[in-house]
Amino acid sequence: MISSKPTAQRSFEGWILVIPALLLLALVFAYPIARAFWLSLFTENLGTRLQPVFAGLGNFGRMAGDGRFWQSLQNTGVFTLLSVTLEMLLGTTIALVLNQSFRGRGALRAIVLLPWALPTAVMALAWTWIFNDQYGVLNDVLLRLGLVHSSINWLGEPSLAMLSLVVADVWKTTPFISIILLAGLQSISPDLYEAHAIDGASPWQSFRKITLPLLMPQILIALVFRFAQAFGLFDLVQVMTGGGPGGSTETVSLYIYATIMRYLDFGYGAALVVVTFSLLVTVVSLAARLLRKSANLLLSDE
Amino acid sequence: MTRLELQNLNKVYSPQSIPVKNLSLSVEEGEFLTLLGPSGCGKSTILRLIAGLESPTAGQIRIGDREVSKLRAGDRNIAMVFQSYALYPHMTVYENIASGLKLRKMPAREIQQRVTEVSRVLGLEEFLQRKPGQLSGGQRQRVAVGRALVRRPDVFLLDEPLSNLDALLRERVRAELKQLFESQRSPVVYVTHDQTEAMTLSTKVAVLSNGFLQQLDSPQQIYNYPINQFVASFVGSPQMNLIPVVCQGQYALLGTSKIPLPAMTMIPPQVILGIRPEQVRLASEGQPTTVQGQVFLVENLGMHNLLSVRVAGSPGETSAAPIMLRALLPADQPWRESVSLVLPPEAIHWFDGQTGGRLGDGSS
Amino acid sequence: MNNVQSRSLIFKVILTGAIGLIALFCLAPVLWQVLTSLKTGQEILAIPNRYWPQHYTLDNYTVLFTDRPFLRYILNSGFVSLASTGLCLSIGTPAAYALARLRLWGQQFILAGILVVTLFPYVLLFLGLLEILQALKLGNNYLALIVPYTAINLPLTILVMRSFFQQLPQDLEDAAQVDGYSTWQMLTQILLPMTTPALVTTGILAFIFSWNEFIFALTFITQDDLKTIPVAAAQLSGATVFDVPYGPIAAATVLGTFPLVLLVLFFQRQIVQGLTAGAVKG
Repeated sequence: MISSKPTAQRSFEGWILVIPALLLLALVFAYPIARAFWLSLFTENLGTRLQPVFAGLGNFGRMAGDGRFWQSLQNTGVFTLLSVTLEMLLGTTIALVLNQSFRGRGALRAIVLLPWALPTAVMALAWTWIFNDQYGVLNDVLLRLGLVHSSINWLGEPSLAMLSLVVADVWKTTPFISIILLAGLQSISPDLYEAHAIDGASPWQSFRKITLPLLMPQILIALVFRFAQAFGLFDLVQVMTGGGPGGSTETVSLYIYATIMRYLDFGYGAALVVVTFSLLVTVVSLAARLLRKSANLLLSDE
Repeated sequence: MTRLELQNLNKVYSPQSIPVKNLSLSVEEGEFLTLLGPSGCGKSTILRLIAGLESPTAGQIRIGDREVSKLRAGDRNIAMVFQSYALYPHMTVYENIASGLKLRKMPAREIQQRVTEVSRVLGLEEFLQRKPGQLSGGQRQRVAVGRALVRRPDVFLLDEPLSNLDALLRERVRAELKQLFESQRSPVVYVTHDQTEAMTLSTKVAVLSNGFLQQLDSPQQIYNYPINQFVASFVGSPQMNLIPVVCQGQYALLGTSKIPLPAMTMIPPQVILGIRPEQVRLASEGQPTTVQGQVFLVENLGMHNLLSVRVAGSPGETSAAPIMLRALLPADQPWRESVSLVLPPEAIHWFDGQTGGRLGDGSS
Repeated sequence: MNNVQSRSLIFKVILTGAIGLIALFCLAPVLWQVLTSLKTGQEILAIPNRYWPQHYTLDNYTVLFTDRPFLRYILNSGFVSLASTGLCLSIGTPAAYALARLRLWGQQFILAGILVVTLFPYVLLFLGLLEILQALKLGNNYLALIVPYTAINLPLTILVMRSFFQQLPQDLEDAAQVDGYSTWQMLTQILLPMTTPALVTTGILAFIFSWNEFIFALTFITQDDLKTIPVAAAQLSGATVFDVPYGPIAAATVLGTFPLVLLVLFFQRQIVQGLTAGAVKG
């Protein structure tokens, strides 16, 4: 069974080294998804006394007419789009700043890492406090600056609640984006900028013609990862709004969680998982492909 | 009796990449074989195959009476010195040298004996407790050699061990290596692209080009009777003059002289005349000159001058492609811009312009 | 000459301003929680807000330990994070080595698969895992968290360690092979000592991710004295529904994030290295 050639032997040993990791990954990542696909074909809830009853594609049919599901999809979409856009813009700016050399750069980098390093759920509590309509410090600052005349009920109004969530998420994830973009920036040789400047380019032109194209790979990676993350975000929303007010901030992840843990509707919950997963995979691969094409265009444009 | 034998060794990576093509050779006890050739000729691959770091696509490797092609590197009882020395950075010099012995479960006392002896021979005694990072390049090289010596293997393999040393150190270490390996019996296979190392260290040299063995012979034979144009131009510094000549009957025409061709059954359409610069002489008074020419470049090499001469009046010579000859003369020998050179017939090599093969000497 | 100088001055001013804004942006929520945690109940609810507490108090902190087993929570988080980090490094490092050096058939697929898996939101996974836990009766057991945490940290660990192994000189492994080291011996005795910096980096990242994880901790552990910090903090509640204990919550925030703050302060260079290595490879 073991090939007698030394290099083949090493290959075989390689497999032994890799199998434990692969098994664990399969268990935690692959199995639940597969299980969801299977379970989605059944009805299993309080109505069926928690016994699985085969239902074919019934769950999916129900989903088509499930207004709350579509609402949650919309909420998720809005949230993701707003968050990711803001994060990319802010992240790029921070990365550009960090790319300069100044005293205390290390300290600033540590500070910038803090939001990413702290638990989302715990910081969500902090944000809830900041956005508190009566005692929150944000309202206090706004009132003192005279920008508003009365307290704003951040978490109590549908669109404001969404905004608050976006702010909290941007705060949390922008550092991650900026670090990735910073790595990309640092890999661009300063010689390129100097040559461009000698040619007579302004900083903005250098940014457009050198920075952006060369940064494209990092931007793409960050975008794809962030998109998937924002899509599945749970911690922040659950703690800050719980999906309210009136379901206006209920994201898909929250709906799935409630369906399973609160309503004990396992079959349907599994179907939701399947649909969400498929959607995520589709959008990510489409986005990745589209963006790769546009990146090639950008690079070959020069 | 440990003898290394390679039989029909072949290594194929892809249809375009075949670094070793059907190589067969043997290295006897006490012999020192150098694999010599330019980069990409396959010499390092051959070494790795012998070591067991790669598996041959076809062919056999025998050490002593064992067929080792299917054995792991560690089981072949070979030791290797790497170009970059490959010392374990987190271990002391002592531990580095002893590592192979420890793995073979040799008793600690014997390990200590051997390591002390080897470090004495190599002058490493005061460094035994240091880590590689604290040593100079030359010292690290000696540790690498020590690690191989202490194993007392059946075969020694050395992969360009001198290339990372500066020129002065290289000469000295070369001499030391020669002494070291002469005083033991296991066959040695040495890889280098430096022909001086090949010539001075080896009992046998295998000249390789593009995966093929060109010539396997003693250094002297390779120097005096190169089997083809490639070997002739690769070995010998400064490089051998290789001049395409036009033939007329039994003579080759060079400048205004006629040089007799060696006995051959058939004269090939293209003939190359080869002569080493160090064997080209200045004609003395009254000597019949072979070649006349104009000196256009002189390179001072210390003890010698290397003259580049444009040969006058050669048939087939055009202003765009003048015939050039280089002569290595002692520095104290005077010369004028217009020189007369003598090419001693016994120093002339003849090659087939198309195949590169050696002509004459009874070869067809 | 004048132009270049003044341009440079404007640039410096803008830069300094930007630095200040960025620092403020990142620190503000954290600082606010620190301040809140030191205020008395009255001052917290004062309108308009008091920024600096007039009377400092540590009541919010002590309440955490008397009303709740907060020390227990910290220990839970610590244990689970350390255990999963250790396990992750032990499983992930050999796998990373194999993928770096031993040419495995289907290597591209394995690596692609590992990458892809990092995109899976945990909310899609918890149902399947919950079923397994219930079947194995592992609910409210440290293992219920240690095993998933090990798995979620594996991809980054493998990617970072792999790129590190690839940078080691190939010669060393050749020499070790000739010396007679088996693959496992080579990995543990020769290569591992050289990878310590990478292990530290990946270990820190894994620790942070494990400490901060929420949804699995929320779902799999319901017994109060086994809870981890993020869950325990989120579930702090006061006497009545309306009496949200903002003070203790703020104190919980500070305590629950303090170890991480320390980690970031001391290891920020390694963290950045690890993150970018993982991302660049992706």
